[in-house]
Amino acid sequence: MSGAHSFASGMGGIRTAGDLVARMEIARGMKINEAKEYVAKKLEVSVADLSDPVVMNELRRDLNIGSAYVLPNVAQGIDAKFRIAELLDIEINSVNKFEERIGRKLK
Amino acid sequence: MGKIRTRLGDGSIVELSESELRSDLEGGTQDAAERGKIPPLSEDELRYLAELFKRPDRSVGVDMGKEVVLSYDCGPLKIKRSYSTASKFQSLQILERLLGADTLEMAHVDYSYKPAKQLTWMDQPIMEQALLVTIPAMFYGGMPNLGLYTQPDGPCVNPMELLPQGKIAEARASFEEMVEHAVNDMVFVASTMYEAGADGINFDTTGAAGDGDFLAALRATEILRQKYPDICIEMGMAGEFIFGMHGALTYDGVRLAGLYPHKQLKLAEKAGVNIFGPAVNTNTDSSCPRDVARASTFIKACVKNSNILIHGNVGMGVCGIPMQDVLPVDSVSRVSKALVEITGLDGL
Repeated sequence: MSGAHSFASGMGGIRTAGDLVARMEIARGMKINEAKEYVAKKLEVSVADLSDPVVMNELRRDLNIGSAYVLPNVAQGIDAKFRIAELLDIEINSVNKFEERIGRKLK
Repeated sequence: MGKIRTRLGDGSIVELSESELRSDLEGGTQDAAERGKIPPLSEDELRYLAELFKRPDRSVGVDMGKEVVLSYDCGPLKIKRSYSTASKFQSLQILERLLGADTLEMAHVDYSYKPAKQLTWMDQPIMEQALLVTIPAMFYGGMPNLGLYTQPDGPCVNPMELLPQGKIAEARASFEEMVEHAVNDMVFVASTMYEAGADGINFDTTGAAGDGDFLAALRATEILRQKYPDICIEMGMAGEFIFGMHGALTYDGVRLAGLYPHKQLKLAEKAGVNIFGPAVNTNTDSSCPRDVARASTFIKACVKNSNILIHGNVGMGVCGIPMQDVLPVDSVSRVSKALVEITGLDGL
């Protein structure tokens, strides 16, 4: 069922920019269109590009914010989230907790 | 035109004539409008739905550019209940990397806050580690599930045993005690998971045990909002109508029993919810078009009245999705497309 919804109407998560748009809904309470416009502006792409896996996979690699197709020496987890927090200018709870754990500010 | 092949709410195939399809769509939206005292779908929207169900395509999708955020309830549980061998980490990564999930959610296998509380000492480190290896926002989810607080498994006398004895006051007092226990458990688990680094908490299937269940989620939300101003709280509902199991419970002066989604939403907003998930019952005897028209009518009213995000509940047996364990793509994809394109919601 999750797959059917994902194909029918989902943004695509880290295959595209779905996780980033979701971040703006969660962090700022932005409605879907506002969140898409915000992310598109930050990434310097069109709103339509946000759910295009070809455009976004390349861009995610350039920005090193993690992607579905994992290659060596690229961000895959918390490292990607540090960059996403900076890129979108938001606080991410797990990023802040990680900084608390190591006792050092990294961003 | 020949017969239109669609399904009943139980998932079985049914064939409708064009006039039967039209009648089902009109009946569905009128039923929702009358029950909720909300506007029915417009003529254009009914025509759109008729075209959607007339299409012979096996699956359909939203127009490119109209995609929405998909939030997932109890991700690891869905992998586990298929008896696929995967840890919680692996399940979350399957959702993240293979299924394109926009958000993730970790959960205890029982998916209720009462049993989850006993195992937070095990789940909290898993949450901490999962957050290191995943990228999308991570929720922790569970159900208020007031039913777990009755004897012999829980501390409270079962109100359903008191009511037949005519002990109305005692039954209500027991419900109220159950609410207090549930609030404590929900706040405890949510706090540990947020302090572990989770982005948010999901109170899912809220209202399943009636008005007390809804009240527990509202009160827990209120406490968490005050305690953690930045926490994201999602509240997914169990059904379209709050049952008055207690009957006299109120929140912010509003009686909870009998509330439909657009009214539930206003209380969720008041309590401090960020994402509201309306659920509209699928009638297993009705056609999928009728169920989708009903769901679209209720959810459109929510979107119109909302200051917070609306993510429609589209799991089995709600919002037009058939009540089946293994779901047909034709129905699921039509529900997905219709709800997004008619109601303008923020996610599913």
